[in-house]
Amino acid sequence: MPYLTKLSAAALSDLLVRKEVSAVEATRSHLDHITAVDADLHAFLHVAADAALETAAQVDARRAAGETLNPLAGVPIAIKDVLATRDMPTTAGSKILEGWVPPYDATVVARLRAAGLVLLGKTNMDEFAMGSSTEHSAYGVTRNPWDRDRIPGGSGGGSAAAVASFQAPLALGSDTGGSIRQPAAVTGSVGVKPTYGGVSRYGAIALASSLDQVGPVSRTVYDAALLHDVIGGHDPLDSTSLTESWPSMAVAAREGLKDGALKGLRVGIIKELSGDGFQAGVTQRFNETLALLVAAGAEITEISAPNFEYAVAAYYLILPAEASSNLARFDSVRFGIRVNPHSGSLTSEHVMSATREAGFGPEVKRRIILGTYALSAGYYDAYYGSAQKVRTLIQRDFAAAFSQVDVLMSPSAPTTAFKFGEKLADPMAMYINDVTTIPANLAGVPGMSIPMGLAPEDGLPVGLQIMAPAKADARLYTVGAAIEQLLEERWGHTMLSQAPALTPTEMFASEEGAV
Amino acid sequence: MPNAEKKNRAELMDFDTALELFEPVLGFEVHVELNTKTKMFCGCANEFGSGANTNTCPTCLGLPGGLPQVNKKALESSIRLGLALGCEIAEHSRFARKNYFYPDTAKNFQTSQYDDPIAHDGSITIELESGRLVTVEIERAHMEDDAGKLTHMGGATGRIQGADYSLVDYNRGGVPLVEIVTQMIEGAEHDAPEIGKTYVAAIREIAKALGVSNARMEEGNVRCDANVSLRPRGSNVLGTRTETKNVNSLRSVERAVRYEIQRQAAVLAGGGTITQETRHWHEDTGITSAGRPKSDADDYRYFPEPDLLPMAPSREWVEELRLTLPEPPAARRKRLQAAWGFANLEFQDVVNSDLLDAVEATVAAGASAQAARKWWTGEIARLANVAGVAADSLVTPEQLAALIQLVEAGTLTDRLARQVLEGVIAGEGTPAEVVESRGLAVVSDDGALIAAIDAALLGQPDVLAKIRDGKVQAAGAVIGAVMKAMRGQADAARVRELVLERAQAIE
Repeated sequence: MPYLTKLSAAALSDLLVRKEVSAVEATRSHLDHITAVDADLHAFLHVAADAALETAAQVDARRAAGETLNPLAGVPIAIKDVLATRDMPTTAGSKILEGWVPPYDATVVARLRAAGLVLLGKTNMDEFAMGSSTEHSAYGVTRNPWDRDRIPGGSGGGSAAAVASFQAPLALGSDTGGSIRQPAAVTGSVGVKPTYGGVSRYGAIALASSLDQVGPVSRTVYDAALLHDVIGGHDPLDSTSLTESWPSMAVAAREGLKDGALKGLRVGIIKELSGDGFQAGVTQRFNETLALLVAAGAEITEISAPNFEYAVAAYYLILPAEASSNLARFDSVRFGIRVNPHSGSLTSEHVMSATREAGFGPEVKRRIILGTYALSAGYYDAYYGSAQKVRTLIQRDFAAAFSQVDVLMSPSAPTTAFKFGEKLADPMAMYINDVTTIPANLAGVPGMSIPMGLAPEDGLPVGLQIMAPAKADARLYTVGAAIEQLLEERWGHTMLSQAPALTPTEMFASEEGAV
Repeated sequence: MPNAEKKNRAELMDFDTALELFEPVLGFEVHVELNTKTKMFCGCANEFGSGANTNTCPTCLGLPGGLPQVNKKALESSIRLGLALGCEIAEHSRFARKNYFYPDTAKNFQTSQYDDPIAHDGSITIELESGRLVTVEIERAHMEDDAGKLTHMGGATGRIQGADYSLVDYNRGGVPLVEIVTQMIEGAEHDAPEIGKTYVAAIREIAKALGVSNARMEEGNVRCDANVSLRPRGSNVLGTRTETKNVNSLRSVERAVRYEIQRQAAVLAGGGTITQETRHWHEDTGITSAGRPKSDADDYRYFPEPDLLPMAPSREWVEELRLTLPEPPAARRKRLQAAWGFANLEFQDVVNSDLLDAVEATVAAGASAQAARKWWTGEIARLANVAGVAADSLVTPEQLAALIQLVEAGTLTDRLARQVLEGVIAGEGTPAEVVESRGLAVVSDDGALIAAIDAALLGQPDVLAKIRDGKVQAAGAVIGAVMKAMRGQADAARVRELVLERAQAIE
């Protein structure tokens, strides 16, 4: 039943609940599709076929026994390899963790299991989530389903590509400076970075603790909301986890489908996130979307966020500083690979050094060196200290903006997917690609990327970023679902139905065309 | 002597001469391990002596994805310790990462505190044996997690040099510590070694009185790093300091400070310079040896711990905790010694035997202070020593007080009381019950005594004759026989009185 892979998680859930389709059938369809397309795309680093089918069979048995299960029970999901899974290798895209199977589950993974989701496997990513193209994975690149010569975004290129290529209706990502939103944008999928503290980080291999946030990747806003409801909420194991109770994101998303949902919505567009450096087709689709919003009754205001100019610079001090400390534990003593030095004595210092030399890729080393330098005595105030001040200023910019508007919008990324190798030699070009997404991480506010069309010049997906005040994640889902509906009505189809066919199997599936 | 040892053994200057030429300046960093049920940042048991690496989890093993959670009890204990040291408790405090690579440090950073310690600016006054009072200023007391324990295998010395491989046990990794840092202590003069010992003893005693630590130095619950530098007389420039790490007994603190003064004086007087470094204390040989160079520029790249929120202990909570503080140990000792009227040596004996609580409770239960002291530091301590247990685990203060009361009432002699004590320890019941069941009470019936005395006198006519001749010391033989006949259950003094009487009276 290949058409099952075309369904949204919500649609698949309906069939499962009505027992028209079994979880085993749904899982097998996705596994078959992975087998068909992923040798080429390489979204997955590990596929847990047997375990997935076993989970699916258990869900079917429980449903047959009349148990009331979570709506997503039996729905397959892909997990970014940054999240600890006790039955699957967890490498964070790094050689240094090759083959490492954690003795525990990340809290979000445990919540997925408890809700009966079917874990298909682990998805590719830039090593330790450092990158915007997934080219920094130690295990090879992931291809963009829209154009196999282009990057799927990063660091969560694997999760976005898996969802965009119908290998999974849902995936988990992690977003430190855009690693969920930018891949969603360039693959035509939906990605949400929740409010900092909204989703547990326990078991998410830390890149930059004060910026990292786990979130949903999907093909529809509503699917992301359903997943958010499963993974979100307080976790005592994460001290930065917020203790409040959250409204249902799924209910919020359904609100967005009602007539007039956008009427009176105050939308701010950020002056600093437009103009130079933004691809013409990206700007064009953004302006068209704004026109659609105005037509739907929203008010658009241009907002200046003067300190956003310094966001990328501040981010690339804070992130490496925290990362240099977070990555210190990769020392060969307790887990991961161990490499002995070619010469010299086997002291722990020499073995640690040889292991880190062999186990970390160049981008990881670059950032560890940057961060170590930024934290050094005598430089701390100038670098880390100043960056933290910029962070405060950016938070103030957001506070000032949200005193005037309900949501802020910008393109999710300045360009569509670039070609492999295009920015690999120039780290600054790669870093600047995150200019749109970084401010939300620095301020801890939630952000969402949804597709807003294809750029006329290259026919590749363009993403719309929506940001809301901290803890107002529900607002993102309402607004996101409303705009998604508006755009799809205008197009007459979903974005991903326009993606090129990947294999003969895929063409057959398209003809079945359930969406 | 092995070569390495020879190399380590430095020239020393006579202590008095060293003090003539130099003024010692001291500083101490004392680590107090808290006795919380769980570790500082995770739910693992804080337990000494478990199987290697059994008390571990992703967080304290530093596994990828592990995250810390602050142990509230550890925070409470740290605040109480800070208050007992007269410190201000910070309104805003936070953790910081101290970054350095070492295999016993799972995360390769220690979660410690840097610019916002939980407690700061306190002081305690210690009293030296001479009666001199010294006020030690406390700069700060901060919270941090302990490292794991390395065991170096192979090689002759058990030290890292020459070892074939090392084992690491992370059970101790993540155990809560409070590090107490003093200000510079000047004016110590000849008392410097004693100040070190007395200061560490005072910290240990305070931690124990608060109940926040088991405070056993031999188990590493209290560990001292001693900083020593020498300033030439007449100079106001501080000398270069050394930091002698992990000096783990009171006597060693005293010896290590003395040794460093003598060693540094010899180096300086010989025209040499002191290297700023950590030094290792060798308990067996009584010397320190060079460790790694340590400079103020040691760069731990401290930054605020992003995985933990800043703490803001409410003033109300701090005041509540202040109310739970016990009487300061020094004040309590002063009060009890005066109340009990003990001589200094007697009192020290009680304190050093860790029996202050036991004696106090025994007095509270109705015994005289002197009797309580004698029993606890005498017979009970002896039995405890034989059994290899703590004295206060053998009998309760109430049981001992009851026993003492029986002696004071004349029901028991000391000798009988020791037998009763045995019975009590053996679990035969209260002292009164043991007296009853073992039939141990003193025979106070003169009739029975006289019959025994007469029999003894008549059985030894030569002795009787000597007593009648005024040689009263001869009575001893008769007293012995009577006591034997009474199976010891007679008051020897009364027996003596009666023997002298009967010697004149009987036919």
